[in-house]
Amino acid sequence: MDKGIIRIKDARKHFGPVQALRGVDLEVSKGEVVLVIGPSGSGKSTLLRCVNRLEHLTSGEIWVEDDCVTSPHANIRKIREEVGMVFQSFNLFPHLSAAQNIALAPLIVLKEDRASAQKSARDLLARVGLADKEYSYPEQLSGGQQQRVAIARALAMRPKIMLFDEPTSALDPEMIKEVLDVMLDLAKDGMTMMVVSHEMGFARAAADKVVFMDEGQIIESAAPDELFAHPKEERTQRFLDHIL
Amino acid sequence: MSDFLKLGKRKAPPASGSAAPSALPRFNINVTDGTLIPSTGDKSILSAWNISFFGAIVAIVILPVLSPKPYLEILAIVPSGLVATFGVTIVSILFALVLGLLAGLGRIAKTKPINLIATVYVEVIRGIPLLVQLFYIYYALGPLLHLKGPASAVMAMSICYGAYMGEIFRAGIQSIPKGQMEAALALGMSRTQALWRIILPQTVKVILPPIGNEFIALLKDSSLVSILAVADLLRRGREYASTTFNYLQSFTIVALIYLIMTLFFSRLVGLMETRLRNHGQRHN
Repeated sequence: MDKGIIRIKDARKHFGPVQALRGVDLEVSKGEVVLVIGPSGSGKSTLLRCVNRLEHLTSGEIWVEDDCVTSPHANIRKIREEVGMVFQSFNLFPHLSAAQNIALAPLIVLKEDRASAQKSARDLLARVGLADKEYSYPEQLSGGQQQRVAIARALAMRPKIMLFDEPTSALDPEMIKEVLDVMLDLAKDGMTMMVVSHEMGFARAAADKVVFMDEGQIIESAAPDELFAHPKEERTQRFLDHIL
Repeated sequence: MSDFLKLGKRKAPPASGSAAPSALPRFNINVTDGTLIPSTGDKSILSAWNISFFGAIVAIVILPVLSPKPYLEILAIVPSGLVATFGVTIVSILFALVLGLLAGLGRIAKTKPINLIATVYVEVIRGIPLLVQLFYIYYALGPLLHLKGPASAVMAMSICYGAYMGEIFRAGIQSIPKGQMEAALALGMSRTQALWRIILPQTVKVILPPIGNEFIALLKDSSLVSILAVADLLRRGREYASTTFNYLQSFTIVALIYLIMTLFFSRLVGLMETRLRNHGQRHN
C-alpha cells in the first residue's frame, strides 16, 4: 500500500485547558488535495499549523515523507523548505517588493545565486498572473494580488506539499476567484495540498477528499460529492446546512 | 517615552450591550512623559513651536546688538562647548543603540538567563538617576577603571540610555505582527535570519521617531556631564560666568542655544514621523 506523504497519528494539542485537537489521524497521499472544513474552533487551522510545526503537538506524531516533524531531533528547517504555507492574512513582507518577497527565501535559505532567484521570481509572478507587479510593494496590491504573491513566494522554495490556511477568508468576493484559479492550477499540476477552506466550488473542482472536523476530531471524511450529498453524520449535515 | 508604539494593547469594546460602538464613550487618553515632538498639524504662524524657535533666534541676535559688552564675548566663548556637547551626545547615542538592541533582543529572548540579565539591566538602570550614575562611574569606578571625564560621561550616558532604548526596541519588535515571523519560519528561514531580514527592517521604521526623541533627550541630558570636567556648552557658560560674574547673561545664552537645538531637532523628528506614517501604512 502506498504510504502517505503526510501522516498524522493520534495528534493531540492543548492550549492550557482548551483541547484544540483530541486525537486526529489523517493521511495525505502524494498528489492528493485534501480540504479540511469545520466550524471555527474545531481545530482545523491548528492541525495545519502542526504539520510544519508552527504549533507543537502535545502528543502524537506527524510525519512528512520520512521525517518525523514532531521529533525533537527533527531538522525542522529542512522540512519547512519542502512544505510551503499560505496564510489567511497573506503575511507578505511589507518592506520588500513582490519579487523580493519571492526571491528572499531561495536566496538565503537555498543559497541560490541572485540572478536565478530573480529569474524564478519573475517566472512565478507570471505564473500567478502578476508579471507586471514585480516592483510593487504589498501595500500597493489588492488582497487577491497579495495572496497570489504569497502563493508564488511559497512555490519559490519548490515545496512538495502546500498548506493553505483559509487562503480566501480575508478576501472580498470578487478577488476569491483569482486566488482559487491559481490553486486549481496547482492542484492540476499534481501538487499535494492540504487546504483549510469552506470554498465548496474549489472542493468540487479540485479536492480528492474532504475532511469534516468538529471539536478537535475528524468526524468524517469522503470524496467531496459524496460528503456534500450524503453525509453520514448528523453533525456534518448540520454544518453543511449552514454553509451550503 | 514610546507612546508612538502604542504600548497599551487596544481593548476591543465590550461585545455585550446593544449600543453601537460609536455611541460608547471613548476614553482615548494618551498619557506620556511629554513628547518633545511638536504636533505638525498646527499650520498657523503663531504656533507654539514658531514662537519658541524664532523667538529664541531673535533673542540670540538682538541681545548682542543691544548690549554687545557681555553678550558678544559670551557668544565668542560658549559655543566652543558645542563640540563636547555633540561629541558626547553622538557617541553615546551610537553605543546606546547597540546596547538597546541587545537589551531589547534579550528582553524578548526565550532563553531564561538572557532574558533575566536584560530585564535586570533595564530595571536597575532605569531605577537610578542619571546624575547618580554619572557620579558612580566617574568618582566611584573612575579610579578603578582609569577613566577620564569624557570617557566616563560617554559610558554612563550610553549605559543609561541603552536601557531606555532597550524598551523601545522591545516594543518595536513586538509591534510587528506575529504572522511575519511565522511566514519567515514557514519558508525555512532560521530565527536569526528572520530577525535580521524580516523583523528588524520593519522595526527600524517604527522606532525611528522614539529614537529621535531619545536623541533630543540625550542632547539635553548631556549638560549633566559638565560636572565631570567635560568642557561642554553648560560648562563653558559656567566658566565664563564665574570669572565675570555675568550669571544672568551667560546662562541666558546657554539656555537659548539648547532651546534652539532641541526645537530644531524636534521639528526634524516630527517631520520624519509624518513621512513614515504616510509611507509606511501596513495593510497586513
